[in-house]
Amino acid sequence: MKITGAQALLKCLEEQKVDTIFGFPGGAVIDLYDEILAAEKLTHVLVRHEQAAVHAADAYARVTGDVGVALVTSGPGATNTVTGIASAYMDSIPIVVFTGQVPTGLIGNDAFQEVDIVGITRPCTKHNYLVKDVNDLVPTIREAFHIARSGRPGPVLVDLPKDVMASKLVFPEPQQVKMRTYRPTYEPHPGQIEKACRAILRAKKPVIYSGGGVILSNAHEELTLLARTADIPVTMTLMGLGGFPGTDPLSMGMLGMHGTYYANMAVANCDLLIAVGARFDDRVTGRVDAFAPHAKIIHIDIDPTSISKNVKVHVPIVADCKHALTAMNTWFARSDEFNGKTEKANHAAWLQQIGDWKTAHPLGYVEKEGVIKPQFVVQKLHELTGGNAIITTEVGQNQMWAAQFYHFNHPRAFMTSGGLGVMGYGFPAAIGAQMAAPDRTVIDIAGDGSIQMNIQEMATAMQYKLPVKIAILNNNFLGMVRQWQELFYNKKYSATPLDVAPDFVLLAQAYGAVVLRATKPSEVEPVIKEALKTKNLVIMDFVIDREEGVYPMVPAGKATTEMLLV
Amino acid sequence: MKHTISVLLQNKPGVLSRVTGLFSGRGFNIESLSVAPTLEADVSCLTLVTLGDDAIVEQITKQLHKLIDVIKVTDISEFEFVEREMALIRVKAEPSTRAEILRICDIFRGKVVDVSPKSYALEVTGTCDKVQAMIDILRPIGIQEIIRTGTIAMTRASKKY
Ligand SMILES: Cc1ncc(C[n+]2csc(CCOP(=O)(O)OP(=O)(O)O)c2C)c(N)n1
Ligand SMILES: [Mg+2]
Repeated sequence: MKITGAQALLKCLEEQKVDTIFGFPGGAVIDLYDEILAAEKLTHVLVRHEQAAVHAADAYARVTGDVGVALVTSGPGATNTVTGIASAYMDSIPIVVFTGQVPTGLIGNDAFQEVDIVGITRPCTKHNYLVKDVNDLVPTIREAFHIARSGRPGPVLVDLPKDVMASKLVFPEPQQVKMRTYRPTYEPHPGQIEKACRAILRAKKPVIYSGGGVILSNAHEELTLLARTADIPVTMTLMGLGGFPGTDPLSMGMLGMHGTYYANMAVANCDLLIAVGARFDDRVTGRVDAFAPHAKIIHIDIDPTSISKNVKVHVPIVADCKHALTAMNTWFARSDEFNGKTEKANHAAWLQQIGDWKTAHPLGYVEKEGVIKPQFVVQKLHELTGGNAIITTEVGQNQMWAAQFYHFNHPRAFMTSGGLGVMGYGFPAAIGAQMAAPDRTVIDIAGDGSIQMNIQEMATAMQYKLPVKIAILNNNFLGMVRQWQELFYNKKYSATPLDVAPDFVLLAQAYGAVVLRATKPSEVEPVIKEALKTKNLVIMDFVIDREEGVYPMVPAGKATTEMLLV
Repeated sequence: MKHTISVLLQNKPGVLSRVTGLFSGRGFNIESLSVAPTLEADVSCLTLVTLGDDAIVEQITKQLHKLIDVIKVTDISEFEFVEREMALIRVKAEPSTRAEILRICDIFRGKVVDVSPKSYALEVTGTCDKVQAMIDILRPIGIQEIIRTGTIAMTRASKKY
């Protein structure tokens, strides 16, 4: 029996166990939308801007660990997805984006709402396709999902001409995807594992530097076991938060530009750096030649291009983090040379040193009478949610305060646009996360600037009755840029004061959301408590110390030991 | 340093642009590039020459390898290899220079492929350096047009049989 391309696509989604997609219709995908209503197992979430569809799919993928899906129309629908795709690409998030396209006969004709989205997204997708023949449709979609979720995950775009959606085909039998040119390496080289483990045995001052790869490969348990077995302190990247329990005594929190004093000092002084699923981003390394200058470096990553890209690595291990860490744990379990007690004794002085750094410069802030400090708000959010909420963030100071003060103990609980730093990510991401985890508390820690970038999604949250909580750390500034101006541009606040701002109370009321405002420290706790009880979209508007800064801070291009402290 | 990179890739639309995008995205120039199908019709071989620091070329080679449509990448410059390039050169030919042009053509084992009352078109094949040398020598006589293919290269068969 023959079915249409549109029907085949929906069958493919079912085959891939996709239960939720985020989308926005238009002429080029009208055939698909005609079928979507009939697909009983599929929930379609109608967003209010295509960028939001992609961010929501991204967060959906991060929470579930599977592929997130977005569907948009051709032309402007497609171009609106580019920021979301680029963000998912930088953060290695598995998503598949379906874009409508003009009929094949019109491609290249400057037809109405035609855009070469495959060309536009080539440098920011893991791979992309234009399906020109309906018989290629199903194999292409299967390949797209396979590529998105395997190896180093990433976004894949499939461009679907309107006539292909309407053409008929016989749905091919399910088949394992086999690709001649694409076979990621999952298993580590045993020789390299042994080298790495021996290096750990020899080290006196080891540090684990854990990144988003640990979360993507679900390797948090293996990482935790390794750190505890071999008594190694752990620091995490922004993307890696939750990969190791943030409240564990071995956790040093985040490293890098806004990392903790002790994490940055530990990396600068360690004799062995074990990088796991991290990519030595410039926000992490600061001045590259001063990054872990005394250390032998082990680097585990599934993507060979990440290894020795920015910093020369001594023991490269190309593998899935989970596989590599398992192999290391097995090596230690079997080795006669390894003894947990000796190892602890060996690292005692080092852990003491880190403890001293921590005592000298703990993560903190200066309280001010009668004024709400943003860090205090994040601490309270942590306390009142028991550390169990899913936190998304916007970009700027709000993002860094969230990363510093919400101590994540679990993976897949922190969603932020790390690599691309997209203002406007957090709210649609919260919508995607809430769709994926209806029973969890989902909070977008937001800035007053960023929240306006996708504020239209309030309608989406209301329509699907998603009780997302937005906590605006309202400083009436584009705060992070203002902080740079304060520190490096003589306080010349060019274009950073948000002179005209919406009254968030009135705005939220217009959408039917609940609004709570706190202007004094004593109001913070009641506002959060009330918000957590509310089964509706809630905006918490925290009027915070306007010129509070994020510290520590490593000025761009400086060594990570050259921190500005509180 | 000059690197000659050989890439086997799927013969599909868009693949070439994925390859060149890796260079342009890093602000890197490609000196020359040539592509054509191999023994297998759905596989093409692309040879490209680029100038760049070894670390950057290594990074680009890895990135090339990461492209879904790429089968194999070899930095040929790391091996012993043979390289060839072909050029078609149109030279202004006057009664006083015609013999001279033919003699130069001969020295470089070139061929005359087109003749007109006012010009010769010469074909020459060889390493990039040889082609360049012939161009340099012809230049004072008056070159009107040059078309070069870009380098193609192949690693030498192993000497161990
Ligand atoms: C789409 C986008 N545009 C611009 C920037 C540059 N930028 C980074 S942080 C920031 C300020 C964000 O202001 P706000 O959301 O109020 O957060 P705050 O830093 O005040 O907490 C800006 C403009 C960005 N990251 N993303
Ligand atoms: Mg702000």
